[in-house]
Parts: sequence; structure tokens; C-alpha cells
Amino acid sequence: MELLDAVGESLASRRGEIIQAVVETIAMIGNALLAAVLVGLPGGTLLYLTRPAGPHPRRTLHAALDAAVNVVRSVPFLLFVVALIPFTRWLLGTSFGTLAASVPLAFVAAALYARFSEQTLLEIPPQTVELSRALGASTWQLITRFLYPEARSGLVLSLTTVTISLISYSTIMGVVGGGGVGDFAIRYGYQAYEPELMYSTILIMVVIVMLIQAAGTQLARRLDRRGR
Amino acid sequence: MIELAGVSKTYRRGGDEAPALHDVSLTVARGEMLGVVGESGSGKSTLLRLINHLEAPTAGTVHVDGEDLARLAPRARRRRRRRIGMVFQQFNLLANKTAAANVALPLALQRRRDAEHVRRMLEFVGMADHAASYPAQLSGGQQQRVAIARALSTDPHLLLCDEPTSALDDHHASEVMETLAAVRRELDTTIVLVSHELDVVRGSCDRAAILEEGRLTGVADVVAPPPAQTFSSYAARVRHVLEGGSDRRESELREPREAREAAAAREEGAA
Ligand SMILES: Nc1ncnc2c1ncn2[C@@H]1O[C@H](COP(=O)(O)OP(=O)(O)OP(=O)(O)O)[C@@H](O)[C@H]1O
Ligand SMILES: [Mg+2]
Repeated sequence: MELLDAVGESLASRRGEIIQAVVETIAMIGNALLAAVLVGLPGGTLLYLTRPAGPHPRRTLHAALDAAVNVVRSVPFLLFVVALIPFTRWLLGTSFGTLAASVPLAFVAAALYARFSEQTLLEIPPQTVELSRALGASTWQLITRFLYPEARSGLVLSLTTVTISLISYSTIMGVVGGGGVGDFAIRYGYQAYEPELMYSTILIMVVIVMLIQAAGTQLARRLDRRGR
Repeated sequence: MIELAGVSKTYRRGGDEAPALHDVSLTVARGEMLGVVGESGSGKSTLLRLINHLEAPTAGTVHVDGEDLARLAPRARRRRRRRIGMVFQQFNLLANKTAAANVALPLALQRRRDAEHVRRMLEFVGMADHAASYPAQLSGGQQQRVAIARALSTDPHLLLCDEPTSALDDHHASEVMETLAAVRRELDTTIVLVSHELDVVRGSCDRAAILEEGRLTGVADVVAPPPAQTFSSYAARVRHVLEGGSDRRESELREPREAREAAAAREEGAA
């Protein structure tokens, strides 16, 4: 109780700022998740389909996609953010602010989810693809009527993991003026010597992560009919 | 109905070549039930998959209803394939769909919806009460019957079955075979049945193609077994077999010993 009181008190003193920081974090992560679903999922699906033993082997395309995913995932994130500044400026006209900060996050989210969704699809028994062929399904139907319905709980779980990783990634977006909860904790908690504020923020983030994980797990379980 | 002429199939992977079928010629008449028997690796599944062109022949031609699927464009080929039902050893039901949704799937692929037809098909295989069940809630035999209903949902004139009873125990296997017999009797469907279980083929097929190492070594005319005994329950069947009915399996067990004893007696006589 005392702890909660302390958290409440320290946050109350910066109420306006923390609300703004939360909004910024949600905006950045929302944009990045959009990229995960709109770019990462098709990318992962393409990786799955075009792999050498897949339903539509395309050696070059697969190798190129695979390399792109690996490159984005292997560059240390802080360096990646800085390296992307010229691209962001070209794309948005500025490299500063919450929207600009969404750009590197979007790349990472897409790459992460491409890899995760590829791996989730690989767990579908090969008989499912065989069935779709025997039933005369088109590739589009294979994806929408066979692969995604069968993989849906795994896809939800891995999107949950991506979301949680993004929360962590988003905390350094202060370097390009992205703001957000992490930036708030560092500016007021660390640089302005209000350690309670920093610890309170960390505590809140832990709680948020736990809630997201619980929601994702719960939804995935409901979608999964493979068990009994 | 089905005509294979000089069909060969060699699988190529990288530099390796795996010959699976060699110069097979075979015709299947409309309404016939043809068994395909052979040891593991003899090419049974390959032969079946050539018929709906899931595999392309390396040589020779396959005609179904006078049409060569190899000559069709992919889209037209997919459309023809939808008129050929297929039943698999592992049932291949979608785990996240109910029995009814699985049966409706082939229709959905053609943008058709017909709940009444789906219900009739489930009824035909005796699974109407389980329409809302998920595959994980059904026994193997029940899953295979749902899979048969799915294969029938597009009113195919031809049904290809690859070891449909091999993953099932005796009781469920006979349920599935009874369902296939009903398909043939009532829907007039031509059926090709791959199986390594000779009992299954003997109990249901008119003829049986015998494969050995990718070669068709003959086509046997199946002599129907004495009218199959049907049992009201699993227990009744077990009692019949164990408490001394004249079950095939029992005689199979006895035959080799008798043969051995006879051979031993002959040897003694010679000595
Ligand atoms: N996709 C494939 N790629 C390479 N070789 C294959 C492939 N499918 C089958 N083969 C090979 O072709 C031969 C015939 O296989 P097939 O599956 O037709 O045999 P089968 O009679 O159905 O055997 P089983 O009773 O074990 O199912 C085997 O030697 C097998 O290893
Ligand atoms: Mg086989």
C-alpha cells in the first residue's frame, strides 16, 4: 500500500507530462504494430511460401527477404535509429518527433513479425498444404482459408511478443525526440534527480507488459482448438 | 473413367533421382472400386496422386473422363481437381474448424454456401450429431468419416483414398469401410483405394492393382469374401473372434502352423 501511495504521489506531481508520454508511446507502438501486421505478416508468409521446400519455391526472392529481415534484426537498435535518420527525413520531411520515431520502430516490428509469423506457419503440418492442393485451392485461398486459420493462435502469441519488445525498444526514442514513457523516466527520473519517478515508471511498465502478455495468452488460448 | 498409359514418375531433388513408378498402364471403369496394393515404398501413393495431378508424370499420360490434366492451365486444373474427392491416412482435417466447417470448406473454396447440403453429408456418414465438434474432440474413425463427408461435399464422381484405415483400430476401420461401401452403393462414386491391408481390399474392391517396386505386376480380380459379418458392437465382435467364431484372422494364424506341420510330416516320411 505504501508503495502504491509513493507511486501515486510521485506521478501526480508530473501528471500532465506522464499523460503526454503515455500517448506518445501508444502512438509509436501503434504505428509499429500496423507495420508488423501490414508488412511483417505478408513478409513472413512470403518467406514461408517461397522457401526451397515450400509450396512456391523462389530461391532469389526468399534469399533477399531472409537477408533483409536478418539485417534489420542484427543492427543494434540505437545505431539503427541513427542510421535511419536520413531516410526518415526524406520520407517525412523531418527526423524529429513521435511520428519520425515510429519509422525505425516500424522497421524492427515488421522484421520481427516476419520472422515470428514464418516460424509459426512452419509449425502447420504439411498435410494441411497437401489438403489445400487436393481441394484445388488457389494460393490466396491457401493463405486465408488454411494457413492463417490454423496458425491463428500462434500468430496472436507472436504479435504479443512483438508488442512487448516494442515497448522496450520505444524507451530510447528520446534520442530523436520521440518522447514516450521511457524518455519521461530518463528526463525526470534520472536527469532531474527524481528517482522515485523513475522507479514508479518502471513499475508501471512491468505491470503493463504483464497485462499485455496475459491478454495475448488468453486470446490465443481461446482461438486454439487443437487441444481438447 | 481413368486411363493411365505408360506412366512413369521419377522424383528429382537436387541431383538425386528417386524412381517411384515405371511404365504403368491401367484403366478404371466408371463405378468401379479399384484397390491398389503393394509394400511400403512400392509407389501406391504416387499412383494415386498422379490421378488428380498432385504429381505430374515424368512420362506417359493420365486421362480422367477423357481429359489430360497435364494439358490444362493451373486454374482450370484446380477446377477439375475439385471434382475429385480425396481421403487421407491422417484425415487432414483443419483443427481450428468444426466438423461442419470442415465439410463446408470445399464449397467455400468455390464461394458456395449450403448448410443443408453440409448437414446431409454429415448425416450420410453418421456424424450429424457431431457437426459442432472440433476434430480433437472426435475419435480417429469419426474424424475419418468427417473427412469422407468433406470429400463428398462437392459431389465428386471419383474418390481417391490413400490408406484411409491405416491409422485406425479394427473397429473404426470397419466403420470407415462401411461408409465407403455406402458411398459406392448409394452415390455411384468410382473409388480408388490404396491400402497395404489385404483384408480391407478383399472386403470392398472389385479388382486390385498390385505394385512392386514401382511396377504394375498385375491386376487381380478380387474374390469377395464370405458375406462380411457385421456386429452390433465392438464387444460382440471381440467375443465372436475370441470365443471361437471362424474369423479370418484366426485361420490366418493357424495356416502357417499347419503348413509347417505338413512339411515336417513330409520330411519325416522321406527320411
Ligand atoms: N516427394 C517425394 N520426393 C522424393 N521421393 C519421393 C517422394 N514421394 C515419394 N517418394 C519416393 O517414391 C517411392 C514411392 O513412394 P510412395 O509414397 O508412392 O510409396 P507408397 O507405396 O505409398 O508407400 P507407403 O506404403 O509407405 O505409403 C518411395 O521410394 C519414396 O521414397
Ligand atoms: Mg503411401
